[in-house]
Amino acid sequence: MNEEAVKKVILKEDEDYIINMGPQHPSTHGVLRLEVCLNGETVKHMTPHIGYIHRGMEKMAEFNTYKQLIHLTDRMDYLSAHINNEAVCLAVENALEVEVPERVQYIRAILDELSRVASHHLWWSAFGMDLGALTTFFYGMRDREKVLAIFEESFGSRLLHSFNTPGGLMHDVHPNFRKHTREFVKYFRKKLPDYKNLLTDNIIFHNRTKGIGVMDKEMAINYGITGPSGRGSGFSCDVRKVAPYGVYDKVVFREILYPEGDSFARYKVRVDEMQESLNILEQLVDDMPEEGGYTAKMKPVIKLPEGEYFQRVEAARGEFGVFIVSKGEKYPYRIKFRSPSFSNLFVLGPLAKGGIIADLVAICGSLDLVIPDIDR
Amino acid sequence: MILEIYSFSTLTSSIDEGLNSVMAPWLVTLTEFVIVGIVFLLFYALLGLFLVYLERKVCAVIQNRIGPNRVGKWGMFQTIADLIKLLMKELITIKNADKFLFNLAPFIVIITSFMAIAALPFAKGLQAIDLNIGIFYVMAVSSLGVVGILIAGWSSNSKYSLIGAMRSGAQIISYELSVGLSLLAIVIFSGSMQLSTIVESQADGWWIFKGHIPALFAFVLYLIAATAEINRGPFDLAEAESELTAGFHTEYSGIKFAFFFLAEYINMFIVAAIATTLFLGGWMPLHIGGWEGFNQIMDYIPSIVWFFGKTFVIIYIIMWFKWTFPRLRIDQLLNLEWKYLLPLNLMNIVLISFVVLIGLYFK
Repeated sequence: MNEEAVKKVILKEDEDYIINMGPQHPSTHGVLRLEVCLNGETVKHMTPHIGYIHRGMEKMAEFNTYKQLIHLTDRMDYLSAHINNEAVCLAVENALEVEVPERVQYIRAILDELSRVASHHLWWSAFGMDLGALTTFFYGMRDREKVLAIFEESFGSRLLHSFNTPGGLMHDVHPNFRKHTREFVKYFRKKLPDYKNLLTDNIIFHNRTKGIGVMDKEMAINYGITGPSGRGSGFSCDVRKVAPYGVYDKVVFREILYPEGDSFARYKVRVDEMQESLNILEQLVDDMPEEGGYTAKMKPVIKLPEGEYFQRVEAARGEFGVFIVSKGEKYPYRIKFRSPSFSNLFVLGPLAKGGIIADLVAICGSLDLVIPDIDR
Repeated sequence: MILEIYSFSTLTSSIDEGLNSVMAPWLVTLTEFVIVGIVFLLFYALLGLFLVYLERKVCAVIQNRIGPNRVGKWGMFQTIADLIKLLMKELITIKNADKFLFNLAPFIVIITSFMAIAALPFAKGLQAIDLNIGIFYVMAVSSLGVVGILIAGWSSNSKYSLIGAMRSGAQIISYELSVGLSLLAIVIFSGSMQLSTIVESQADGWWIFKGHIPALFAFVLYLIAATAEINRGPFDLAEAESELTAGFHTEYSGIKFAFFFLAEYINMFIVAAIATTLFLGGWMPLHIGGWEGFNQIMDYIPSIVWFFGKTFVIIYIIMWFKWTFPRLRIDQLLNLEWKYLLPLNLMNIVLISFVVLIGLYFK
């Protein structure tokens, strides 16, 4: 390390006005602590402190069978619980070379997209709140409720529905699943203009987000920013397109890319993604087979053959990856989760530097962090 | 003209005569001071409670909710229950805080709003004190509230509070200019600073109609600047809860917090009442020239209903702002004032001067 680099590591000086945002703060959305060095209201330096709810999931997973450890993945990014489950299931299924019924793949994809829409609903609600538009919260929650009702009907739970299991699903979906999904798509298409009128077209909102926290494509790649945050910088990183899994190669959809890289671009990506998810849902619901069962035949005790397995999926916040090392036993020898929020958090410091506190909040909101996903 | 039976001066003069017949003149004055004081205290408290209730119901309507509906019919006593809760809460004393200033700040804030509300003409014959510089007085005392906010932020010994207070100081001092200049528009039209004279000058038409474009312009500028001056959304930077948790009153608890909270709502009422008095005719009924029948029907509505009706329309608009707009950033807030509102206001003053000189407004 040369002298220049050493200087950069010095985090604070004596005369800095240091405030701690968090671990209890309304706009960090959880137990995240941001140590902000201020000069007036200008952010000189920002250091994130994580680990307040570290549960050691990767270690815990080593003492759980593959069917059990799926329930751990729910508790990481709880807003895209289903998608996290699917990553582990796909890894195990690919390792065992199990052929999953097509119907299961369709149901999983529908649930993926519903989870994504619900997650973006919550993000939209909270992002508006961060910027002081308190009404967005209730509009977002109103629509999210419809998705959660579909989940509740089929799985009995609304948030952490460990519905996936290696080989398929826990049980069959509710008979009304397809009908209600269709109704939701129709309903939400009508409600999307509300989102535009309330927040997207607001001039104050534009002033607060346009040109704030600009992250270029190179920076996004260097920091490993994936998902909507990366695509807001023009980084084509949609796993559904890049490495299709399940039935994503059978549906027609557009990867939303905005090259600007500011908070507004990240906002637009997510809002457009909700629209795109509705398009995907429409195709999937129409093509979903009625017959075909809900699970493949699996052994009661799953033992992965010795080797290393990796599977990545597109979660609501970015690329979620599972890396399993197996020694041929019923427990994984070592497991590593690649969670999107962890990478997305660490770009916050460089982006917020030079802005003011209000910008820090706007950028933090536009990166859409889920704290259990960071801490694992 | 509004009917004499609705005039409050008959009531007040009969009380005055009654008191005069039983006691010495100096004692009458003292008793009347006490009566007026008690009436204002009661009015202040009830108005605060009602405004908090109204805000909850309005924001509930805007947000697809029902709002308070458990305590009493339509949740009417919810705010009273909250008040009791706040009264019984512990007053937390903060280590290393400046105790004297910390305890003083809520009183400064509440006294200034109390002083401002005393000069407002609520109805025909219902005005506690009719100063000949009424509008100047209201402006002056309501701008003293910022001292309380600054003291609160400084004495709390909290970093968030200090940032909130500094923001608030910069904001209120800036927007004071725009508020003053837009009110000056009506002072030029009516040729008086006395609130009763301004109201009387609108007997046959409100200034917002009589003064047409410049007055309308001044009204819009006043609404924006006044919303900023009372620290309400989208200009609620002093207590931006997503950035500064609660801004200048982060460290306050119990009734001291309630004082800040109450003063904020009363300030909202004051700016709405000033807008009513200056632009919308105060307690004057709506008259349209030539429509004699219509005007007579309007006269039958008591003046106090007119005043509060118009004021609550303005309050609804201010609440509407808060619940639909995102918050501005501090630099954008100051840009808005110094780069847009202030020059526009100055231009408007020049325009109004010409309009009044040439006599281009409806007399």
